[in-house]
Amino acid sequence: MNNKKQILEGSRAIALAIKNISPAVISAYPITPQTHIVEDLAKFKADGEANYEYRRAESEFAAASIVLGASATGARVYSATSSQGLLLMTEVVYNIAGLRLPVVMTCANRAVSGPINIWNDHSDVMSIRDAGWIQLFAADHQEAVNQHILAYKLAEKLKLPVMVNVDGFILTHSYEPVLIPTGQKIKKYLPTYRPSDGTYLNPKNPVTLGAFFTPDDYLETREALHNDLRNSLETIKKEYQVFQRAFRAESANDRNHKNDNGLWTYYGPAKPKTLLIAMGSAVGTLREAIKSNPTVGVLKIKVYRPFPAAEIATVMARAKNIAVIEKAVSLGQAGPLYSDIKAGLKPTAIKNLNIKNYIVGLGGRDFTQKMIAAIIRDLPRKNEIIKFIGKI
Amino acid sequence: MEQIRVHGRGGQGVVTAAELIAIAAFFEGREAQAFPNFGVERTGAPIQAFARISDQAIIVREQIYRPTVLIIQDSSLINTADVFAGSDKNTKIIINAPDSHRQKLKTPSRHIYFSPATAIALKIFGKNIVNTVILGAFARYTGLISLESLEKAVRVKFASKGPEIIKKNIIAIEQAYRTDLSPDIINQLTAGRD
Repeated sequence: MNNKKQILEGSRAIALAIKNISPAVISAYPITPQTHIVEDLAKFKADGEANYEYRRAESEFAAASIVLGASATGARVYSATSSQGLLLMTEVVYNIAGLRLPVVMTCANRAVSGPINIWNDHSDVMSIRDAGWIQLFAADHQEAVNQHILAYKLAEKLKLPVMVNVDGFILTHSYEPVLIPTGQKIKKYLPTYRPSDGTYLNPKNPVTLGAFFTPDDYLETREALHNDLRNSLETIKKEYQVFQRAFRAESANDRNHKNDNGLWTYYGPAKPKTLLIAMGSAVGTLREAIKSNPTVGVLKIKVYRPFPAAEIATVMARAKNIAVIEKAVSLGQAGPLYSDIKAGLKPTAIKNLNIKNYIVGLGGRDFTQKMIAAIIRDLPRKNEIIKFIGKI
Repeated sequence: MEQIRVHGRGGQGVVTAAELIAIAAFFEGREAQAFPNFGVERTGAPIQAFARISDQAIIVREQIYRPTVLIIQDSSLINTADVFAGSDKNTKIIINAPDSHRQKLKTPSRHIYFSPATAIALKIFGKNIVNTVILGAFARYTGLISLESLEKAVRVKFASKGPEIIKKNIIAIEQAYRTDLSPDIINQLTAGRD
C-alpha cells in the first residue's frame, strides 16, 4: 500500500516536488503558513541539493517582481506566499498575467486582515481571481504535488501564470502519505523550458514586454487574454489526462475518468438528491460525511480560473438541492464560487434547482461533519440563501 | 479508525508528538495523518495536535472531537482546559502526572494511565521535555505502534538534531515503555488481547 510513498508534512512535499521540477530561479518572502515551503527550498539550496538560484527578497512585492523579471528572461521560476503577502504582490500578480509570463506560485491560503488572523480560508486568493491566472485548488498532499507539476506544463504551454492553492495549516502543516515523483520522471513529462525566440528578453534578439497600450489596443489585448484563459479549459482537460497516464501510480485517488475530467471530480451516486460543491481540503471531510448517505454527492472543483461553468452545470443537472460550500465571501454580495456558479447557469436550470450558499471555515474555524449534517438538513428549507455556518 | 488527541502547552512539542505517532504508524504499513491546532503563537499557551491511524485512506480533516486516545502532556491543563471533551468510557487516557490526580478527572473513561514522564525527562534530559517520553507510555499502553517503529520515527524526524539527542530520546522512550504498569492496567491490557 505505502510502497514508494513517504509520510511528509504538506509543505515538505510541495518543496520536494518543486526541487524535482528544478526551476532556475526562486524568490519568496516568508509568511505564515507558507513559511515551511520556502524554508525547505532555501535549505535544499544551502545543502547543495538543488541548482536553482534562491533570491531572498525584502518583501513580497520584491519577490514577485524578481520572479517576474526572471521569467521575462526565459527562466523557469517559482514563488510562494499567503494572505497579506499575496495582497502586497497584487500589482505584480496582475502584471505577470498581462505580460503572459509562465510563473508558477503556491498560495498557502489564509484569511486576510483585519482583524489579524493567521489561519486558513480562501479570502486571499479570491482577491486576485480576476488577475488572469489559472487557479488550481488541491484537496490533499498528493493533489498538491501533482498540481504543481501540471501547473508548469500548463504555464509553459499556454504562456499563462498558474497559482496552486493549498489550504494553510490544514495541508501545509499536516503529515500524510504522499508520493513525490523523481526529477527524472518529471523531466520526461515536463521537458526543460525553452521559450521560443522573440517571446523573452534576450540581448541578441531584443523585444519589448509590457509596452504602453493606448485606448486603440488595450481592449483587444484584455479580450485576447480572456479568450486564451477560456480556451485553456480544453488544454487543461487534455494535459490532465496526459499527466494521469504519465504518473499513474501517483494519481490512484482520482482514476475514474467518468467522474474526473481534470476540472472537477465527482464522488457519490449517479443521481444524487443533494449535491455539495466545494474546493480544497474541505472536500475530504465532505466525502467522509456522506460515506453512509446514498443520496448525497460531492463535487470537488479543482480549476477555479478559468471557471468551468458549463462542465459544472452538467453535474448540477443530476441533483435537485445544491449547496455551494466555500471559505470566502465577497463582502456585500455572496460567496464568490456561488456567484460564479449561478452566473454560469441557464435561466431554466436556475428555476429548477434549489441552490444555496454556505460560508464556512473563515479564519481557521474548523469545518466539521456536524456542520455538514446541518447544511444537508437546512438545504431543502425555504429560508435565507446565503448563510454563515459557524457554531453548531 | 484510531483518533488520538494530544494536549499540552506551546513549546512542549505537542505537534511533534502527534507527528511521531503518525510517522511510526506509517512505518508499520498503516495509513496515518497528523496535524496541529495552533492557538496564539506563544510559549505556554494551551495547544492541541491530532493523529489518526487507519487501515484505509484517511480523508477526513476535521479536528478530533471523539478521541479513542488522549495524551495529556501537562497536568496543569486538567483544571484549566476542557481536555477530556468527547472522551467516553473506552477512551484510553495517558497523563503525565502522579496517580494522586485520579480523583480530579472529569471523564467517564475507565482506562487512565499515569506516566511519570516528567521524572524520566528530568533524569535524562535535565529538562521537563516530555513529548517523546510519554510516547513510550503511549506505545506500551495502547499497542497502536511498536517500540521499534517509534524509535525509527524519532531517528527520522530528529535526523538533523544529531545522534546525541536521538540517543537520549530513545533511552527516555524505552524507560517510559518499561515503567511498571499498575495491576488494574495490566488487567485491562490482558483483557483487551483475549
